[in-house]
Amino acid sequence: MSQRLTEFLIGLLFGVGLLLSGMTDPGKVIGFLDLAGNWDPSLALVMGGAILVGIFAFAFAKRRTTDFFGGAIRWPTSSAIDRRLVIGSVVFGAGWGLAGFCPGPALVSLGAGVPQAIAFVGAMLAGMAIFEFLERRR
Amino acid sequence: MTIDWIAFTPWSSLVGGILLGLASALFIIVNGRILGISGIVGGLLRPRTGDVGWRVAFLLGLLAAPVLFGLVANVPSPRIDAEWGTVILAGLLVGVGTRYGSGCTSGHGVCGLSRLSPRSLVATLSFMGAGFLIVYGVRHL
Repeated sequence: MSQRLTEFLIGLLFGVGLLLSGMTDPGKVIGFLDLAGNWDPSLALVMGGAILVGIFAFAFAKRRTTDFFGGAIRWPTSSAIDRRLVIGSVVFGAGWGLAGFCPGPALVSLGAGVPQAIAFVGAMLAGMAIFEFLERRR
Repeated sequence: MTIDWIAFTPWSSLVGGILLGLASALFIIVNGRILGISGIVGGLLRPRTGDVGWRVAFLLGLLAAPVLFGLVANVPSPRIDAEWGTVILAGLLVGVGTRYGSGCTSGHGVCGLSRLSPRSLVATLSFMGAGFLIVYGVRHL
């Protein structure tokens, strides 16, 4: 199986997981983030289910030196816990709470033709472009 | 706090979550990459030779998911309460924030926590905390 095909299929699997889990419904996401209201705990199970599988998979992957195609496994290089990480994550969380979309579900909803998702992804790409612009000026 | 038992979907959310974990597992084992959506998209705005094809292939799969899902089941229709201006502002914040924070719900929340990264734990607590606070502010203040 070609490398491009596996990447496509894994993207597809991830998208199906997002649809099944309820993550693509902003109403459900905000229902989870609304601790003080009528709380929908579903997304805790999404995270739990994903990590349940992930914890074994990543332990296995750490003991390997190459991927299925013989290439190097590209682990994240930074372990820094700094202001950039925290402030960036807080800004992301604020946006997530405002509309109920995070990047993956927004892209899946874009694929489904949801008008607000198209606007959200456009704005998200603009935000990412602003980051690139500011990084290049540093 | 009261629990919304009517909205609670334990089984589909658990199975969906397991699929997310499985996809992340396959991506690191088969393709040697961290499955982080914001990083995969963000990298396209900084294109380098040999670093574009895999991103496009993965994202096409993600975009195709509702189309293929729709062939076997009803694609759930999203409930979006936010107004257009809020949606745009939210998109901008998510774009800038995920790039400065080097990840989102998938890269930090699923992959990072699964590989027991303290950096990802801090990021996840930060964005979840901000999400809880914003929703509290919007709905209860």
